[in-house]
Amino acid sequence: MKRLVYGLIILLAVLHHDWWWWDDSETLLLGFVPIGLAYHAAVSLTAALLWALAVKYCWPTDLGADDKTPAALPEGGRS
Amino acid sequence: MIAVLIISAYLSLLLILGVISSRFFKGTAADYFLASRGIGPFFLLMSLFGTTMTAFALVGSTGASFKDGIGIYGKMASWSGIIHSACFFLVGIKLWSFGKRFGYTTQIQFFRDRFESDKIGLLLFPILVGLVIPYLLIGVMGAGTTVEKVTAGAFPGLFPGSGSGPTAVAPGAIPFWLGSGVVCVVVLVYVFFGGVRGTAWANALQTIVFIVLGFVTFFVIADKLGGVKEATRIVQRDNPDKLRRTVRDDDPLTRFKGDHAVYEKRLALWEAKTEGQRTVAPTPPVRPHGIGHLQFLSYLFIPLSVGMFPHLFQHWLTARSAKSFRLSVIMHPLLIMIVWVPCVLLGIWATSAVIDGRPVIPFGFSNPNAVLGKLVVVMTSPTLGGLLTAGILAAIMSSLDSQFLCLGSIFTNDIASHYLARDRLTDRQKVMIGRVFVVVIVLVTYLIGSFAKPRGVFTLGVWCFSGFASLFPLVFAAVYWKRATKFGAYACVLAAAGTWLWLFAQSGFGANRSFLFLNMMPVATMVAASTFALVVVSLLTPAPSKATMDKFFSTRRLSGAARQS
Repeated sequence: MKRLVYGLIILLAVLHHDWWWWDDSETLLLGFVPIGLAYHAAVSLTAALLWALAVKYCWPTDLGADDKTPAALPEGGRS
Repeated sequence: MIAVLIISAYLSLLLILGVISSRFFKGTAADYFLASRGIGPFFLLMSLFGTTMTAFALVGSTGASFKDGIGIYGKMASWSGIIHSACFFLVGIKLWSFGKRFGYTTQIQFFRDRFESDKIGLLLFPILVGLVIPYLLIGVMGAGTTVEKVTAGAFPGLFPGSGSGPTAVAPGAIPFWLGSGVVCVVVLVYVFFGGVRGTAWANALQTIVFIVLGFVTFFVIADKLGGVKEATRIVQRDNPDKLRRTVRDDDPLTRFKGDHAVYEKRLALWEAKTEGQRTVAPTPPVRPHGIGHLQFLSYLFIPLSVGMFPHLFQHWLTARSAKSFRLSVIMHPLLIMIVWVPCVLLGIWATSAVIDGRPVIPFGFSNPNAVLGKLVVVMTSPTLGGLLTAGILAAIMSSLDSQFLCLGSIFTNDIASHYLARDRLTDRQKVMIGRVFVVVIVLVTYLIGSFAKPRGVFTLGVWCFSGFASLFPLVFAAVYWKRATKFGAYACVLAAAGTWLWLFAQSGFGANRSFLFLNMMPVATMVAASTFALVVVSLLTPAPSKATMDKFFSTRRLSGAARQS
């Protein structure tokens, strides 16, 4: 599932380049949104959806302890 | 006058918020700079969104779509939705984890540890600070200009106005130095007293304000234009090039032709003057030219800058838990869409909108960034004008506050504490020095922005973003590539700085605003060069020590360390 979600995000990045709407000023969504703009608004919506899937299926597994413990070391790092 | 009252009420509200947030201050450096790592999901979302969305999200997006059409959304907004969330998810959470585990407050502390080099901070410090300062100046100068324009005629007895031509100050307007000064003082108060907690609270309020007001403005103006369908229909008839990313031979180009006619009249008047009477010659409007495919694609690199913004790094570290990031990762693209789509539509409608037979935005109107303000003045009430101004100031201040605080943090933790005092400062001393630095930074920025007025700084915006983006390979490799070495890191930073300087010079030091390199945005070349230098030099130099690899990459060891604590 993790690979599928990351694959879909990469696919979304590829589909971002919508050369098929490049020259279209005639098609309107809901009668007022130019199709080139509507498509990219849909890209934003899809991005939110895919990142929600990433949060569910690709969440880093090595953070569990950090999430529960307070910061243990002094501020400023150790070097 | 109503605008002045609304702006004053809004700024007072922020001051009250600053005072209240100071009551929660625990007196420690960790609380001042990181809110004791206790910021929850909602405030983290508002902080990250408010910080990344500058006034450009409202004013600049409207102006850019007015000038170049809908392509601006694909170039900047939808790429940002994908890439910003990727940075939060893939880089931000990891850095939050390292910050919590090893006690980091600034990026430089992390890079010093990860690359086993105390001196890398001395290389990064001037670059990071140098890239943030123009960004700060843009905010301070934008605030001063906004207040000056909106308050024209409010105080004729106090401020008589000055100058002539495009730089004239209208009679009664609050002068630039005073408007930017008041905004700086308000930001200073809540940053000084509340630290990053005050910043997070203020950002939450400011983000809500500019989202809501953007929406209200959109619907009011759409209604005045006869509805959304009618507004778009007129653009289809008169300026269809604004609805796509190409220009056809048979396009009417009504806006361009109108602008050109005004230019020819101005040129004739200018030529009729004697040599001694002439001021600057009028400039012809740029003929619409569409967007190239490579140029459009190369915009994907610009939002990588959020991976290296020092002020975002600081906000990431304030998170209460890794789970606090979830809301930001998911909602960020949606919020971008909610703010940008109405503004882009307003911009394209403004190209063709006509009321009583006259264009709402007159032909020859040369400042795209003033289009939103002009629409509001012409088509809405003074009350909405005042509210929208508060929204624009909110967008400016929600970025300014984080930048002021992060510079104070870098100066305190990296320069004063680490390099000068050899890590011997007490907690109380750090808070005091941090506050002093914030005051000094605000004062210096204000003096430069208000009195030196480096107007060319506005052209630096995209160059600042490009500079931070060119350093993204450094942070990504630091987090994910064990083999990234100290010398690879130095090579990466130097390659980024070198290509930035070379391309900046090629663009006439920012004078050529549409400068492309290999038909792409210059940032593409910068990122390629810094990545190449990082990879090649890392592979040619000794790998990091086992201790460092274990510290940052061994999940088994991390789990053990967490259990011990």
